[in-house]
Amino acid sequence: MILALLRRDLAQFFPFTGSGAALPVVFFVAVAMLFPFAVGPDANLLARTGGGVVWIAALLAAILPLEKLVARDIALGFFDQLRLRGTAEEAMMAVRLLAHWLSFGPPLLLATFPAAALLKIEGESFTILLLGLLAGTPGLAAIGLMIAALTASLRAGAALSGLLLIPLALPILIFGAGALARQDQVSLGFVGAISLALVALAPFAAGAAIRAAREQS
Amino acid sequence: MQAPSPLLAAENLACRRGERLLFRRLSLRLESGGACHVKGANGAGKTTLIRALARLTTPYAGSVTREGALALLDERTGLDPDLPLGRALAFWFALDDAGDSAAIMKRLRLEALAEVPVRYLSTGQKKRAALARVLGQAASVWLLDEPLSGLDTASQALVSALVREHCAQGGIALIASHQPLDVPGMESFAIEAFAPAPEEDHA
Repeated sequence: MILALLRRDLAQFFPFTGSGAALPVVFFVAVAMLFPFAVGPDANLLARTGGGVVWIAALLAAILPLEKLVARDIALGFFDQLRLRGTAEEAMMAVRLLAHWLSFGPPLLLATFPAAALLKIEGESFTILLLGLLAGTPGLAAIGLMIAALTASLRAGAALSGLLLIPLALPILIFGAGALARQDQVSLGFVGAISLALVALAPFAAGAAIRAAREQS
Repeated sequence: MQAPSPLLAAENLACRRGERLLFRRLSLRLESGGACHVKGANGAGKTTLIRALARLTTPYAGSVTREGALALLDERTGLDPDLPLGRALAFWFALDDAGDSAAIMKRLRLEALAEVPVRYLSTGQKKRAALARVLGQAASVWLLDEPLSGLDTASQALVSALVREHCAQGGIALIASHQPLDVPGMESFAIEAFAPAPEEDHA
């Protein structure tokens, strides 16, 4: 049951295969590509500010898939049908969280290689950037899922979810990008801890949200 | 496949939509082989009743008892609009362990549509696809919300035939529809009969 669900969710959201386009990743690389054009080709400046740009691009890329993440399947009656077969909403949301992260986390990490090259991020900085994104993207995915589930029954949900994600993602951004500025790997531990807490919380919050949305309809 | 003795019962059920009480003191009991036709105007509360019976929503008052697996057909098909129909249905068939999915597709005249993405199907074709999903579930309790809307005459007769067969095999069917069904021995009631009198409409 869970495996079939994961396969289906992945097929839905994975870049290039499902209906979820590769847009977030393309967007991410596009930001990294445009930044040197905007501030000029000074390698020192790029290396100093580039890491922050990559983090902001990652955060914005995490917003893009939110619109389809939950609302579409509520409208389809998909969660209702699973509920009738005895699947808990929390399990559906845990699977959705994993599928969501797999569909944007690893592609984003791969895209970090060309992005880092464009921004002249090398050596130790690059390692910290990559580890930071690895630790931070599950947290971004968890925030995204909670917000998508909470706003699914609102008419302006898609626009709102972007606005809501930004303040909630601030701690991840501060520690993730801060680790880069201070060249300090300890901050990465904080990013990982925040991510873990969010990942543990998200299926329950999102599950409760889709149950509440059902009572309203 | 059927559970030993399916049962669907509601006791003193009352449901609201927003602040408005739609119906109250609704009790029903369907046992193996029982079919019930719920009639009523649009907005009278048929869908609300079905969702409460499916225990997808919590009723305002009263309780629902059910024995046996439940299959629900409503206006939402649960089929991915971007997938070809065959693959969209295959997901549910695999989940429900449906036996002969080819026979189900043939019964509902869907074989020719297997390669067509679900979003290109007409209303009636989508309804038939959702019926295929219900058949594949092999559940003993069926809740059908407007199963006839959008269907042509031949398909409407097919729905009646499917319900007759389902009940003959000991299943239970509760059908909300404003159109007539040809199922002998079927109970029926109008949901308006349980609507609150104007003076008690502040509940």
